[in-house]
Amino acid sequence: MPGQAWIVIARAGILNMIRKRAFLGLLLIGWGNFLVRAVQIYITANYPQVAPMFAPSAETFRNFLEQQDFFVFIVTIYAGAGLIANDRRANALQVYLSKPLMRTEYIFGKAAILFAFILFVTLIPGLLLLLLQVLFAGSFAFLSKNLFLFPAIAVAAVLQGVVATFAMLALSSLSKSARFVAILYAGIVFFTSAIYHAMLAITGSTRVSWISLGANLTQVVDVIFRLKPRYATPWPVSLIVILGLVALSISILERRVRGVEVVT
Amino acid sequence: MNLDSSNVITTRERAPKAADTPVVLLDNVTVIYGSNRALKEVSGRFNGGAVGLLGPNGAGKSTLLKALLGFIKPAAGRMTVFDLDVAKHPLEIRARIGYMPETDGHIPGMNAVSFVAYCGQLAGLPAVDAMQRAHEVLYYVGLGEARYRNVETYSTGMKQRIKLAQALVHDPDLLFLDEPTNGMDPKGREEMLELIRDLGHNKNVNLILSSHLLPDVEYTCDDVVVMDKGQVAAQGPIAQLKGPAGRVFELRIKGDLPSFIEVLHEAGMECASTDDDVMRVFVPDGASRGRTDQAMLFALAAQHKVQVRHLRPSIPTLEDVFAKALGEQ
Repeated sequence: MPGQAWIVIARAGILNMIRKRAFLGLLLIGWGNFLVRAVQIYITANYPQVAPMFAPSAETFRNFLEQQDFFVFIVTIYAGAGLIANDRRANALQVYLSKPLMRTEYIFGKAAILFAFILFVTLIPGLLLLLLQVLFAGSFAFLSKNLFLFPAIAVAAVLQGVVATFAMLALSSLSKSARFVAILYAGIVFFTSAIYHAMLAITGSTRVSWISLGANLTQVVDVIFRLKPRYATPWPVSLIVILGLVALSISILERRVRGVEVVT
Repeated sequence: MNLDSSNVITTRERAPKAADTPVVLLDNVTVIYGSNRALKEVSGRFNGGAVGLLGPNGAGKSTLLKALLGFIKPAAGRMTVFDLDVAKHPLEIRARIGYMPETDGHIPGMNAVSFVAYCGQLAGLPAVDAMQRAHEVLYYVGLGEARYRNVETYSTGMKQRIKLAQALVHDPDLLFLDEPTNGMDPKGREEMLELIRDLGHNKNVNLILSSHLLPDVEYTCDDVVVMDKGQVAAQGPIAQLKGPAGRVFELRIKGDLPSFIEVLHEAGMECASTDDDVMRVFVPDGASRGRTDQAMLFALAAQHKVQVRHLRPSIPTLEDVFAKALGEQ
C-alpha cells in the first residue's frame, strides 16, 4: 500500500529495540515514578487524614512529567542515536530509497520509533495517573475541576516527544557513529544549560533562559499546565526557539536523507 | 545454488520479453555534480532482456542508474521506465525495479531472512508473503543455509548475494545490477554470473548490468550500452556490434610499426593495440578491393618492406567493440 511503508519501518524498529533486555529494563524503570505517584493518589483517596498533604493538583501532574524528563533524555539517546546513523554506516539508505517509499516516509517511520518510546514514558503513564485518580477517588470531582489536564498532559508529552525526536534524528543523520551522536546530543543539552546558568550567574536574570533547550521546554510546559512560568523569558519566545529547533532539524534531515551522497 | 528447482522469480505473469521493446528511454539526460557534468546529454534506449551497461570507472554508469531510481535529479532531459516518466512516477517505477547497489548495503542488526523479508514489505508485499518469498529467494541465491545469520557476519561474496536477494524479493520487472561481481572470488563470481544469466535468459527478468568487466557483460547480456566520459559511446546487440567474424585480424609484424599503422589507416583500416605486441586490425567493407583480406594485408606488408610474423582471423570480442567505441589505439 502506498504511503504505508513508514508503518513497516516503525514496527520493525520498535520490535528491534524491545528485543534488547537492557532497553526493556530502562523502560520499566521509567515507570517507577508512576508507581510512586499512583501510591500517592491511592493514599490521598483512601486516607482523608493525610489528604491535605498529598492531595493531587495540576502541579502534581506537571511535576510528574518534569521528573520523566530524565527518562526522556536516556530513552532518546538509547533508542534514537543509531536510528539514521546506523543506516548510514551500513549504507542502508540506498536500500530503503530504492523501494517504493518517499524520503518523508523513511523519516516519519524512524521518528515514529523514538516518538513511541518517549510517549511510553510520558503520555501513557501521565494519562493513566489521571485515570487512577478517578478510580481511587470513586468520583469525577477532581477531573471535572481540572478537565484541562487531559489535553495538557497530551500536548506537553507530544511537545517533549517532537522536540527530542527531531533533534535526535537530525543529529543522527549527521554521522555514521551512534556513539558520537549520543555524545553530541548530551553535549548540546548540557552545554546550552551550562551557558544559561553561567549567564544567570553573571546577569542575575532568568531572561536568558531561552539559551537552554531544557528551560524553553520547561517554560512552555508550565504555561500548558496553567502554572506561573518559572523564568522571566516570555513563553512565546521559548516556543519560537523550540519551533525553530524543530524546523532546523527538519531542514537538516531533508538535506541528509538521500539515496546517494553527493560530494561537490 | 538451486537454479533448476527454483521458480521463485516468476511467480506472477510477466509481460513477454521483447528484446526490441525499450524498457528504459533516455532523452538528452544531463546530470551535474557541482561543476562536474557526470552525464552529458545522454540519449539512448535499453531494450528488454539482459542489457550490459559497460564503461570504465567514472564513465557515468552508476550515476545513470541512480538517476533512473530518482536518487539524483537530472539538470536536463527526460527519462522513462516502462513508459513512465521518472520525474513524475518515481514510486510506481521503483515498485517494479529491483536495485542491487554497488556498495555493501544492509539493515543493521538483522539476519538475512528478516532483512530480505523487510525489504519485501517495504516494496509492498504483505508480511506473510514477504517472509515466504525471502526464504525462497535466499535459497535461489545460494544463502539458504546461512539465512538465519546476521548479515553483518557475512563474507563479501555472501553480501553480494544478499544484495541480489533483496533486489529480487518483490519479483521486479526490471533489475539494476551495479557491479554485481565486485570483490568476489573466482568461484563466487562464476556462480553470480550464472545466476544473472539464469535471471536474464530463463527467468524472463529484464536486467541492466552495469560493469567495467567485459567478460561479465559478454557472458550475461545480449545487448550493450557502452558509456565513456558521461556519454553513450556505442549501443546495440552485442553480436551486431561485434560484426561478422573474419573481418578482424590479429597481426604482428617486424619492421617500422608506426609507419605501417599509418599505411593501414590510409588503406581505410582501423588498428587497436592489445596487451602483447599483437595489434588488431579491422578491415571494413571494400578495403580489400576484390582480394581476400589476408592477401591484401600481405601485399601491403610486402609493398612497405615489412615482415608479417603472425596473421590470423580474430574472433571479434566485446573488447573490440569497447576499444572501438572508446577510440583506443
